[in-house]
Amino acid sequence: MAKTIQEINEKIKKGKAVVVNAEEIIDIVEKNGIKKAAQDVDVVTAATFGPMCSSGAYINIGHAKPKIKIGGGKAYINDVPAYAGFAAVDLCIGAAALPDDDPHNKVYPGNFSYGGGYVIEDLVAGKDLKLIATAYGTDCYPRKKLETLINIKDLNEAVLLNPRNVYQNYNVAVNLSDKVIYTYMGTLKPNLGNANYCSAGQLSPLLNDPFYKTIGIGTRIFLGGGIGYVVWHGTQHNPIVKRRDNGVVQVPGGTLAVIGDLKQMKPQWLRGTTMQGYGVTLTVGIGVPIPILDEEICRYAAVKDDDIYTQIVDYSEAYPQGKSSNLGEVSYAQLKSGAIKIQGKDVPTGSLSSYSKAIEIANLLKEWIKKGDFTLAEPVASLPNAESGYTFKPLKERTLDK
Amino acid sequence: MVSKKIVLHFPHKLVDQPIVYKLVKDYDLNFNILKASVTPEEEGLLVLELSGEKKNYEQGVKYLKEAGVKVQPLSQDIIRNEERCTHCGVCVPICPSAALVVDPVTRKVNFYNDKCIACELCIKACPVRAMEVHF
Repeated sequence: MAKTIQEINEKIKKGKAVVVNAEEIIDIVEKNGIKKAAQDVDVVTAATFGPMCSSGAYINIGHAKPKIKIGGGKAYINDVPAYAGFAAVDLCIGAAALPDDDPHNKVYPGNFSYGGGYVIEDLVAGKDLKLIATAYGTDCYPRKKLETLINIKDLNEAVLLNPRNVYQNYNVAVNLSDKVIYTYMGTLKPNLGNANYCSAGQLSPLLNDPFYKTIGIGTRIFLGGGIGYVVWHGTQHNPIVKRRDNGVVQVPGGTLAVIGDLKQMKPQWLRGTTMQGYGVTLTVGIGVPIPILDEEICRYAAVKDDDIYTQIVDYSEAYPQGKSSNLGEVSYAQLKSGAIKIQGKDVPTGSLSSYSKAIEIANLLKEWIKKGDFTLAEPVASLPNAESGYTFKPLKERTLDK
Repeated sequence: MVSKKIVLHFPHKLVDQPIVYKLVKDYDLNFNILKASVTPEEEGLLVLELSGEKKNYEQGVKYLKEAGVKVQPLSQDIIRNEERCTHCGVCVPICPSAALVVDPVTRKVNFYNDKCIACELCIKACPVRAMEVHF
């Protein structure tokens, strides 16, 4: 017996919806079977809390007197360059942006102690931030320099925008070389010293809805502690990758672009993050409700770590050079056991994505829905799916005409 | 027998004294140096695992204090900022002494500071800078 999102929302408003997290649904399906579970459960909450560089914020600071057109000029927030290529007082902060005087990797491995991700965290934490802007001056915007403190409570808009997040599965990163390497997957010790992964596995939103049957454009989500929305498929969305029989992608697949009001968010769920020797990023908490409309959707949502596999990739040679590597596949159950076997060697595992925080987010979203504070949004359009032919292409590099 | 990891801060005047030699010769204590440095202010820092008979250990520490060495347990110097830690677990394979371990049930990272050897590898490997050193 199929349900509709409308019917589930009626139950949510009456406080009668049955909501469980993506871990709890596994046991419910094993105990009661798919048929009964799909009837009983209305919503499964999935979540993730991991670093994602493709995160940013845009703000509108309001007009100064006299007015300044920062657009086309330059702007720095806490010495971190903000993108000023929009209108007079709209600014954009990217998670990976660094102060001009940061030594980067000139002192290797770079420390990257401050950058865009931290600016966003500090903004959300309600701290005063130092804004310095310069402009060329026009008849209607005569001012050429602005130095002021800004605070989120005074901004007109403060919006988190992730061109890409919620990766559907990700690589396990290892280092086959004989020296330490510093990557966006963390510090990798030489000669297979460790294996780092970055997915909440059985809790991760797109692993619980592998064919994007419920998650689409317009889906309302938990974003950084506030309410956000899926606005598009994320950059590098790649739905046509190889999948196992259960539909789960075996390599990085789909992604989501998400948006939300920074003023509702909390620094606890939006964390400035540093990867030593790599740069600054932002750890973002995201929770996605999956409406259990039928048995098929319920079966997908009940996926468990034993049945989610991912590829092992060498980040010393294969990844940077764009070569294929064949180090095999492992399940998230194996990854979470603390060690995996690669080329006959026991390699300890480390996770970049926090499973315990993802559970907290899934439970918070569950409570919001149970209390009737959060209803489900019907997607207005689908994401490109596995039959779409949509794919993630490499750059076609061409020589410049002289 | 007792065995403790301690941090010794030597004032300027003691930097050139054979303090550890005395611990071995006069108090029959065993030591394992985990870290040693002299700062620009010429203050000496020594992190030791010190072990021996309980009575000897106590007298040895008394000697250190009377000589003017500041003695404190190592556990006060490597600290996890509980508010910042997200329990991701990326530090776990980096830690050489199994002081950082994932709880298989809660998936949270436990920090056993009695196992910490103050190598400081976790300090920069932690993406949210939750591990702090306070020497």
